[in-house]
Amino acid sequence: MAKEIVTMHARNMREITGKQRIGKVLYTAGVYLFLLVMAAIVLFPFYWMIISSLKSLDEYRMSTPTFWPKVVMLSNYADAFTTASLGRLFLNTMYVGVVSTILSLVITIITAFAFARLEFKGKETMFAALLATMMIPGELFTITNYSTVTELGWINTYTVLIVPFLVSVFYIYLLRQNFLQIPNELYLAAKVDGTSDFKYLWKVMVPLALPTLISITILKMMGAWNSYIWPRLVANDDAHRMITNGLRNAFTETSGDVNYPVQMAAVALVSAPLFLVFIFLRKYIMSGVSRSGIKG
Amino acid sequence: MKIVLQNLTKIFPSRNKKANDEVIAVNNFDFEIPDGKLIGLLGPSGCGKSTTLYMISGLQKPTSGRIFFGDDDVTEVSTENRGIGLVFQNYALYPHLTVKQNILFPLQNLKGEDKMPKDKMLERAHEAARLVQIEELMERKPSELSGGQQQRVAIARALVKMPRVLLLDEPLSNLDARLRLQTREEIRRIQKETGITTVFVTHDQEEAMSISDMIVVMKTGIVQQIGAPQDVYDSPANLFVAKFLGTPPINVFEGVVKGEKLYIGESAVLDVKGAADQEVMVGVRPEGFVLDAKGALECKLSNVEVMGRDVSIVSTHPHSANPMIRSIIDADNKVDVNVGTVRFTLKAHKTFIFNKETEERIYFEVK
Amino acid sequence: MVESKQQWKAWLYLSPAIVLLLVFTVWPIINTVRMAFLENYSGLKAAGGMVFEFGIGNFEKVIGYRRFVNCLKNTVLLCIWTVPVSTILALLIAVALNSIKPLQKVLQTIFFLPYVTNSIAIGMVFAAMFNIVGSFYGTENEIIVTAGIINNVIQFFGGEPINWINYGSTYTANMFVMVVYIVWNALPFKILVLLGGLQSINKQYYDAAKVDSTPRRRIFTKITVPLLSPMLAYVVITGFIGGFKEYTSIVGIFGEKMGPPDDAGRLNTMVGFIYDALSTNSQGRASAAALILFGIILVVTMINMQVSKKRVHY
Repeated sequence: MAKEIVTMHARNMREITGKQRIGKVLYTAGVYLFLLVMAAIVLFPFYWMIISSLKSLDEYRMSTPTFWPKVVMLSNYADAFTTASLGRLFLNTMYVGVVSTILSLVITIITAFAFARLEFKGKETMFAALLATMMIPGELFTITNYSTVTELGWINTYTVLIVPFLVSVFYIYLLRQNFLQIPNELYLAAKVDGTSDFKYLWKVMVPLALPTLISITILKMMGAWNSYIWPRLVANDDAHRMITNGLRNAFTETSGDVNYPVQMAAVALVSAPLFLVFIFLRKYIMSGVSRSGIKG
Repeated sequence: MKIVLQNLTKIFPSRNKKANDEVIAVNNFDFEIPDGKLIGLLGPSGCGKSTTLYMISGLQKPTSGRIFFGDDDVTEVSTENRGIGLVFQNYALYPHLTVKQNILFPLQNLKGEDKMPKDKMLERAHEAARLVQIEELMERKPSELSGGQQQRVAIARALVKMPRVLLLDEPLSNLDARLRLQTREEIRRIQKETGITTVFVTHDQEEAMSISDMIVVMKTGIVQQIGAPQDVYDSPANLFVAKFLGTPPINVFEGVVKGEKLYIGESAVLDVKGAADQEVMVGVRPEGFVLDAKGALECKLSNVEVMGRDVSIVSTHPHSANPMIRSIIDADNKVDVNVGTVRFTLKAHKTFIFNKETEERIYFEVK
Repeated sequence: MVESKQQWKAWLYLSPAIVLLLVFTVWPIINTVRMAFLENYSGLKAAGGMVFEFGIGNFEKVIGYRRFVNCLKNTVLLCIWTVPVSTILALLIAVALNSIKPLQKVLQTIFFLPYVTNSIAIGMVFAAMFNIVGSFYGTENEIIVTAGIINNVIQFFGGEPINWINYGSTYTANMFVMVVYIVWNALPFKILVLLGGLQSINKQYYDAAKVDSTPRRRIFTKITVPLLSPMLAYVVITGFIGGFKEYTSIVGIFGEKMGPPDDAGRLNTMVGFIYDALSTNSQGRASAAALILFGIILVVTMINMQVSKKRVHY
């Protein structure tokens, strides 16, 4: 720095103050405008679903659209309920959802426990092999599973909707990671006190991992609610049909001259439980999802 | 360029609305930093020194009061328009850019008259790197550097655009002792050569004393004393400042002023002409003790440490506020540890008395 | 003794998972490979005692089908359009969300809403929005009754209504609808991940950028995007994997015909092809297609990872 030293030039601070204020206001306004427009686009389908479901068929078909129903047709919902026999579909789906969630939780917990706390030969290899299966697209399994369940005589039963998907490698992985964070000292202390493994698992580890278990429960239930491909393949009879299939089947025509208000009412009814769960358990859903990256 | 702080106040609102626990980080700070000087903001953690620095940078907005750069009011000007350099305590180097890219970064943002061609930028960057001795690290990423190296990159990045104000937040905290000494002299040299008005924050009084033109001692948001380092050391305004400056620290006794004489215990140790009768705290710098067989202050000797030129005598006294009294005297004086007691007289200009309640300095005439 | 007891107990804990995995995961992998390499394998014929020769005929046949090439083209096109569009939009929304304080939580919740939906159900809503009731070419009692809300909007701005999904609609229009729907569906997850990433970036880098007088655009390209690159890579990779498995969103809009009324199967995808082959009892060809899909996903993921290794900064 022996040579001449050039510092930065002086600035006109008053001018800058003014410019900066305008710039900031414009920028903030721009950000909010962008977000609000995007939010409106995201919300529009929901809005359209609800107001369409409340319109009369004649109003729906008017060439100039109305943005609020002139006559609120709540009867559409009753029609939707009977047309798609949603009652039966709801019950089927709830049954499959609840049973498979409970069984799946039990299997996930004991498997994750074995991988997190017990010592046995080939543990690491087996866990790595388990994780490797996550890479494979589910469609690859479906082909053989379809023949397997046919041979087992499970077609058109609840069993076929529940059993093949009880083990989720991802949930096992998630819960094992959670279990590993629980200090080993707790386990050793329990051993010293003569607590059995099983008791320790239920009294200590499960309560500590509750948030993860809640996330898993919600995602599993949502999965049952949204499952479509497998149920259509193996249990598409009236007695066992699940909600998504029922909805799709009841309204096979998607374009052309359809009774859209009733269809939209059915869609709203199917969507409602998901929204209710979301409103009350947002935290668990969002934390579960950000770790999984899979839908349902 | 001078910096003027006018009634600068920063209040952090309480997090909990019910509990009224707002924090006054900086309280009514008034100061004019002269052009081209190096100012050290000094105080224990939580004293508001960093907050003051961040308000000068514009990263934090003052609750009230104004800041001027030269004659311009910059209180409302945002950081990016202030044209300052800032060295962060944790460096804040961009982790995905190499050292060279980090140093070039501010130059590439310059606009208007300050804008420069590419080769000029490179030249500047290398010059800055040479200044802090990191030329051979230019192609590395921050994660491949030691703490000290990262700190020097941060200094180079702040300096490279030759800002008119340079701010440093604990710039030497992560360097080892040798490098710290070297770097602080480097900072001093660069600052003198460039004449950039520089403010730096530290909790290390020695660091502040050694390179600052002026130091500002702060405590709980309130400025305690401003002055040249030696002046502040020689004449602290209150007990806090007296205690905060100096290594080894000042020795504090409980005492009484009666009839213009200062008593520690029963013995009159000093004439304090002009001081009113009251209970006081007495501060004596370690170098303020004179070995004197007839001295009025008798202490129980516990240890003698010879440190080259000086001898450090460690003793105790029933009226001492600290467990140990440490006095430093010339090594020519021979002290026998086995004697049991030592006697001192006090140097009047190294002895300060403070009001016991307010801890403010009580001045007396020194003959 | 304790050791062997632990061994025994561990296997007991693992047994339900192992049994289920053996039947529904391990066996299918082996069997799929087996069926794929047995010429013209069919479950029905196998049950009848037929023996199949070993060979790669299934793969040759599958690749030779024009229908398969069409499915592959649809899948690839959907990926190429939806992944970049949704990633860029999600990035912009996440950055905008991260820069505001009031309304942030509310907007964040709104942007997540499409995630908690049933893709078939909401697909039907999208179909309704794009649907024309009546006909373009109509005879007297077949004139357009309503052109659908999207066309209404286009008309409002002075445009001509477009036949999106109805009889006689073009491939481009169909694809456009699919891209819009898939992007809408893919946004929430991407915004969630990217916003999480943004919030974990140390605020000091932004302070440093301010001190360095960095313009907003440069902060975005030189600081935000590089520091977010691991999250961006994650979102792109999962986006491609999901994109190659696209199926239900098309069923949602077009129904199981997978195309407009006059051209069923026009929008069919790889997954759709596999299920079609399965429903005609051509397990050999279905398996071959599934393996091809797996191979494509593997290659695309590896390419993505290779690229991100060079581009992702730490």
